[in-house]
Formats: sequence, C-alpha cells, structure tokens
Amino acid sequence: MIPEIGQFSLILAFCFAIIQGILPLIGVWKNQPKLANTVVPAARAQFVFIIIAFLCLDYSFYVNDFSVLYVASNSNSQLPLIYRLAALWGGHEGSMLLWVTILSVWTMAVTMFVKNLPESFRIRLIAVMGLVSIGFLAFILFTSNPFERLIPAAMDGRDLNPLLQDPGMVFHPPVLYMGYVGFSVAFAFAIAALLDGRLDITWARWTRPWTTVAWVFLTLGIAFGSRWAYYELGWGGWWFWDAVENASFMPWLVGTALIHSLAVTEKRDAFKVWTVLLSICAFSLSLLGTFLVRSGVLTSVHAFATDPSRGLFILLYLVVVIGGALLLFALRAPNVGLGERFGVVSRESMLLANNVVLAAAAGSVMLGTLYPLLMDALGAGKISVGPPYFDAVFVAIMVPGIFLLGLGPLAKWKKANLPEIGVRIRVAAVISLLSAVLVPFIMGKLTAMVAMGVFMGVWVISTTFVLLINRVKTRGMTGAKLIDTLKSIPLAFYGMLVAHLGIGIFVLGVTLVKGYESEQDLRMDVSDTATIQNLVFRFEGVKDITGPNYMSSQGSIAVSQNGKEIVTLKPEKRFYPVQGSVMTEADIKPGIVRDLYVSLGEPLENGAWSVRIYIKPFVQWIWAGCMLMALGGVLALSDRRYRVANKKAAMDAGYVPGVEA
Amino acid sequence: MSKLVKSLLPLALFFIVVGFLFKGLYLDPHEVPSPLVGKPAPLFNAPVLAETGKKFSSEEMKGKVWLLNVWASWCGACREEHPVLMDMSKISEIQLYGLDYKDTDAEAQDVLKTAGNPYKLVATDMDGRIGIDYGVYGVPETYLIDKSGVIRYKQIGPITKELLYTKILPMVKELQR
Amino acid sequence: MKRWIVLFYMLTACALVFAGEAKPLAEDPVLEARLKSLSQELRCLVCQNQTLADSNAPLAEDLRKEIREQMHAGKSDKEVVDYLVARYGDFVMYRPPMKRSTMLLWLGPFVGFLIGAVFLIRTLKKRAGNEDFEAEEE
Repeated sequence: MIPEIGQFSLILAFCFAIIQGILPLIGVWKNQPKLANTVVPAARAQFVFIIIAFLCLDYSFYVNDFSVLYVASNSNSQLPLIYRLAALWGGHEGSMLLWVTILSVWTMAVTMFVKNLPESFRIRLIAVMGLVSIGFLAFILFTSNPFERLIPAAMDGRDLNPLLQDPGMVFHPPVLYMGYVGFSVAFAFAIAALLDGRLDITWARWTRPWTTVAWVFLTLGIAFGSRWAYYELGWGGWWFWDAVENASFMPWLVGTALIHSLAVTEKRDAFKVWTVLLSICAFSLSLLGTFLVRSGVLTSVHAFATDPSRGLFILLYLVVVIGGALLLFALRAPNVGLGERFGVVSRESMLLANNVVLAAAAGSVMLGTLYPLLMDALGAGKISVGPPYFDAVFVAIMVPGIFLLGLGPLAKWKKANLPEIGVRIRVAAVISLLSAVLVPFIMGKLTAMVAMGVFMGVWVISTTFVLLINRVKTRGMTGAKLIDTLKSIPLAFYGMLVAHLGIGIFVLGVTLVKGYESEQDLRMDVSDTATIQNLVFRFEGVKDITGPNYMSSQGSIAVSQNGKEIVTLKPEKRFYPVQGSVMTEADIKPGIVRDLYVSLGEPLENGAWSVRIYIKPFVQWIWAGCMLMALGGVLALSDRRYRVANKKAAMDAGYVPGVEA
Repeated sequence: MSKLVKSLLPLALFFIVVGFLFKGLYLDPHEVPSPLVGKPAPLFNAPVLAETGKKFSSEEMKGKVWLLNVWASWCGACREEHPVLMDMSKISEIQLYGLDYKDTDAEAQDVLKTAGNPYKLVATDMDGRIGIDYGVYGVPETYLIDKSGVIRYKQIGPITKELLYTKILPMVKELQR
Repeated sequence: MKRWIVLFYMLTACALVFAGEAKPLAEDPVLEARLKSLSQELRCLVCQNQTLADSNAPLAEDLRKEIREQMHAGKSDKEVVDYLVARYGDFVMYRPPMKRSTMLLWLGPFVGFLIGAVFLIRTLKKRAGNEDFEAEEE
C-alpha cells in the first residue's frame, strides 16, 4: 500500500510540475494573473507530493519491504538501519528520486525567499524550475520507477553494495546533489531574465547568493566524496579523474567562474552576456554529468546498470532544456547592453581573467572526459584518458590562474596600477620563493613540481594576508582601534579571504602529499616491527570479529614514536556474505602534518599478513582547504550588505518590496 | 547579423556534443578493438588438451583459414556461446580450434564431455601466456586467421548465430578463395 | 680490546632490533616501486576503472607478473609499454600518446586558453576606449 501511495504522489507531483511549468508562463505571456498566480501553490504542492513519495520509498526500506523491486535490489534485512535509509540513493531509480526531491527543495526555497522581484520575473523564475522538474519526473515515471513491485516478494534483499556501506554514503550524495541541482536556480534566474528582458544588476544581485549556496554545497559534496574514497579504497587515493568525478568537477569550475563574473556584473552591469552564459552552462554541465552517469556511454566506477532507453530519454531532455536555453540565449544576447566601462587593468579585468582560466580548465576536463567517446564515435580507435593527462594539462592551465589569484584582489576597481600592486606583493613574493626552496630542503627532497606547488600555495596564502593588512592600513590601524577596524570590514571580504586561503592550503596539501608520501608493502609476522622515519609499527596479529552484517579480520598495529606508543591502528578485511564481497577497511590516524594510513593485504602463512603502511604528509590539508573554501562562501552569504542591497536595488528599480507571497 | 552568429556558437557546440553523445549510446565503451587485427597471429606451441605429451603448433595451420576460440570452463559467457560453436563445427568450411585459457585439464574435459566438443583440437594455455600474446582480456574471444597466418577478425564476447551467418561465415568463404 | 667488545655489542644490538623487522613483500623493492609507478599509468582491461596497479583481476596479476619479469630482464619502461600496446592497443595507456588524432586533446585546452585570453584583452581594450578611469576604493 505504502509504495502505491508513493507512486501516486509521484504522479500527482508530475501533474503539479506541469501546472507549475506551463500555466504561469502562458499567464505572464497572455497577461492573465489568475493563470500566472498558480505558480507558487503548484510549486509547493509539487514539493509536498515529492516529499511524500520520498518518505514512502524510505519507509519501504525501513520496514524491509522486499516486494518493492528497488528495495529488494538495494537493501537487506541485515543491513544497519542508517544504511537502509541511505540505500534509497544507492541505485539508479532512488538516486533519480533524490535528484528530483532536492530540485523541489530548491524550488520551495525559491518560493519562500525570493521576494521583491518584479512579478513577471518571479513567476517565470519558478515556472522554469517547474519545467526542469517535469522532465525529471517523467524520466522517473516512464523509465525508472522506484516503486515497481516484485511479485512474489523476495525472501531477502540483494543488499546495498558493501562499498557504499559507509557513513560517507549518508552525507556525500545528498550534499553533492544539493550542489549541482542547486545550480538550477541560477539557471532559472538566467532563463527568466532572458525571457523577461531584464538582464540587469538586480538579476545579478539575486543570482549571486543562490549560486554561492549551491557552490558551497558542491564544494562540500566533492570534498566528502574525496575523503570517502581516501579511506574506503584502501590505498589512500583521493581523486581519480574518473568520469563521474569530472562530471561534478566541471560544474564546480564553471560555478566558481560564475561567482566571480557575477561580481563584475553586479558592480558594473557589465559582461552580462558572459555571466548569463555561465549560469546556463553550470547547470547544463550538471545535467550532462547526470547523462554521463546514467547512460553508460563512459566507463566509470559510479555507473549503475545502464540501459540505452534511459540514456536516450535523458539525451532528449538535455536537448530540450539546454538546447532551448541556448537558443533563447542566442536570440536575446545580441540585444544586451554593454553596461559601465572600466580600465583594461582593474579588479574587473582580473576577475574576468580568472574566468578565462576557469573556463579553459573546465574545457580541459570536459575534453579529457569526452575524448575517448569522440574518438570511438569517429572510428579513430579506443583510447583512455586518465590521471596522467589531467595532472599535466589541468595543472598547467591552473598555474597562471593561481598566480593571478594573488594579484587580482589587490587590484583596485575600475583602474588598477600595476607597479603599485608590484610593490605591495614584494614581501609575499619573497616569502613564497623562500618557502619554495626551504620546504623541499626540510622535507629532504627537491623536485621542480614540489617547488612550484609550494610556491603557489604560499603565494596564495601570503598575498591573502597582504590583502588583509592593506585593507586594515587604509582604514588606519592603531592599537585598540585594530579590533574596530577588523570588525568594520564586511563579512563578504573575509569570505573572499578565507576561500582564497582555502585554495592555498589545498594546493600545499596536494603538493606535499604527492611529493613526499611514502608507501611500504610489508610481510608482517605477529610482533614484527617496521621502522619508517621515526615511527615504529608493531604488528600484533589479527583477530576475527563479527559486525552487524559482515565478518571481519581485524588487524592490530601499534604505532610508537620515540619509544612512546601513540596509537593502535585497527585495519580490517571485511567479508560481506550477501554479495560475497571482500572490502578493505583501512585505519587512519589523521594529523595536521601527516596521516598514518594502514591497510591489510592478504593473509600469508603462519598468521603473517601482508600489510601496507603509508605515511601521507599534509594530506588533511586537502580537505581542510575545501572546508575553508566552503566557509568562505558561507561568510560571504552572511554579509549584511546582501539583504540591504537587495531591498535597495528593488527600490532603485522602482519596485515596491512585495508583500509576503 | 554577425552578433547573432556569434551568440549561436554555444548552441552549435552543444549540438556537436549531443551528436557524439547520441552516437555514444550505441557504442560499447568496454569493447576494446584489438591492434592485432591485420597483423600476423602470434605463433605458439602448446600442449593439447586430453592428449598427454602431444603438442600443437600454430604453424601447422599455415595455408588454412581457421578460427581460434579462446574459452575456459569457468567462463559463463562461454557456456552461452557453446551451442553456436556446436553449430559451427557442423559447417564444413569452418575449422574451429580451441584455446583453453587459464583452466584445469579435468574441468575443461568435463565441459566438453557434457556439452559436446565443437573443436578440431584444443590447445591449452594454463598460465595465460598465449592469452597475453593474443591480447585476450575477456573470454570468450575468437580470432579468424587467414592462410598466411594474419588475424583478419576478432570477436570479443560470445559469437551469436546472427554473427556467425552474417559476418564470420562469409569472411571465411571469402578468405578461402 | 675494549673497542672490539663495544663493537661486538653494537653489532648484536643491531641484530636484535632487526630480528623482528618486517620484510618487504617484494624481493626487489626498487623494481617493485618501478613496477608500481608504471602500472599506475596503465589501465586494467578487465575492470576498466582500475589501474593495473590496483586491480585484483587475474589478468592484471598476470600482466604485473609479466611486467616484473620484463623489468627484471632489463627492459625499459617504454619497451614494456610498447609490448602491452602491441597487444591491447592504446587503450591500456592512461596517458594517451601524442598522435595526430590526439592533437586536439593535448593542445586544445591551451589553444582555448590563448583564444580566451586574446579575446578578453581585445574586448577589454575596445570597451575601455581611450578614457582614463579613476581608481575606486572599496
């Protein structure tokens, strides 16, 4: 019964999506307020029914209803509750339901928080989100129904892939989807603005915080995924340039570019065509990512069982949504005004240079991801494009971008003076150069890559501090007044500092772990020791333990430093009987300067095991950097200027702040 | 006008990508074509299944058009393919030889006893060395080799009836001329 | 004499420490490291999302064994890769070779970057005209 309610709710949600997407657009076009005003109630009704459907499916997981095909294929009665609930997005159908649920959450948020916009703009905005939703709901209902019954019911389920039975599974997919589905709002803003002929400062000002929220989620989602891969796969890799990772990384790059170009558009009413194109692209790349995962055109770890009819459906959807958006863009873009003017060297131009870098970087990721397909389609042979390619090309493109990152924020708006910036960054340049030599010297090995990486990381960090000091100086800093001065600086500025700092930390983490990680594959008898640097790893044997739905051989490795025991690591080798698969669970002692990472290999004779011991210096900085970037986004969002400015813009443009919708 | 053309550029690019994606839906990313097609088949000399002490040298096949089917008793798809191979063995033009890949003699013989033996002869490749030389990555795989010992075609995955009659048999007849 | 005793004790002390020292799994750790770094750039053909270094597929094991033997026999990395490419095609390399068909792949991003940069500078110049702008404080 419950699954049928879910199914029915989904159908109702689909109907409301049609109302939300089509009627209001006709209403605005024909100037019929009654039709137009259906938009908010329809959007909210859609939200309610999608939530009901979502809860129904999760309820079926909760009660182990194996008469639902999807539950039977992705869960098991032995599976711990939290994973049963998260198993909802463990397969194709459910993850599509999660997608559309999150879309409706975003739509709901838009209906609640977007006020003070001209009526026609606001209605079109929400209607466009409805249009996006129609396609996805249709996709679920016609090709990927999660509520399909299995008759007779299975005795027990086939279990969630053990690889996914991890806390990471609970957070990573929803947060990631919040990110890339969140770009639908910026997309809807762009389309509504194009339809409404209202590509102006108000539009930019409104798009910016929504883009930033989505970007914060996407940043966190990608970071969670990376952290998860780090401990789950047993050898401490954290990024693989897998097609699906790339699919989430491309929208991130374009979203980052968008945040920066929005700053120019908001300030100068300029480069609107470019900004609107980026808004369309960020979401289009999210959709492209969905296509790549669901259609099976690329081999990927994340690819679920695939089916060409699904691929064809999504492709058609892409053509309608992205093709339609780009067509509208092509028709409207030529008539968009230029906006204010500014100097060739200025903060504005620096922000746009950042865009060139990020766009080229996103282009390289896309080219690398699609190239095997391109070659195959042209019959030019099969090739693989993997980490060595991306490490070379992507990094080479980002290097000038990172360098600019140090200069850009120091440039004054409208007109910057290059020699003046040069003077300001002297200290930062010296510090960076010194670090580039000293750090490798301390770590004991110098390579060009490491020197370059350290230079870049320290460069970003030191110029960020130069920026803060400058800002304080211009406001006059003496003694007790320092606190007041620091307080008077807007949060948005701190947001930028923190996010940039995050990039610097990230770059250092990547550089140092790549340059100095060490790995040992050892054969360890019980009570054997391994000495690595100043650490002694003592193998204390393996004991069998039983988990809720697995059996495990748990090793015990005591680590001591200078004779003092610091930690006992307990890596496991787990066997999940339902799917008959073996999982390697590494154990990690994270630290600021290094992680100790131990995983069990295979049992050898006489109680000995093969053991892998890794020392990964500064690897946590990678995720710390990502957290700082996200925090920067949050700080920028908390800036009071936003709300005040939004009201002001609305007033300036002659709109009366609206009554509560 | 040129402004409009410029602003149509993203749409044009998008449609190019869509074209490739559409094509991609009907391609199999897992299938890797062999670089050995059109090149001389690697020579091997291997023990013959079920005949202790006897060896098979691929050089013996010079001057004949033959098929080398790589299979194993542990491979599920091979069982699926087996009936088609049995059909093939009845076609006089086809000389089907087997290469038993990373298997044990007993199990391989078992399969042939119960399901029938479509092969003129089965060579064995217990350590997978010949497999590596032939670029085998997933059994079953089948190589069509011409009179001068050049690989003319490689089928990755099971041979279907359709494939046999529309592709393989015509090629064999053509090469035998 | 005393010196000899000290040395003797030192030696045995070392021996004691090393008695339980774990041994590397591989006979030749240097060659193994080379194998690892090379096989990380190679793609496993069976489970195609893994490198040859990470895959546990039987074919991957066989190929690692083959590569180990070839390295042992003094073959260079390039010779080993060529050996694999001759059998499995360019597909095994995660670093696509530079060829006419991959020109776009390797150079495209840089060309795109340059075009973008030139385009931006031209647009900025055109927009700014000859006007002299005043810097604006935050």
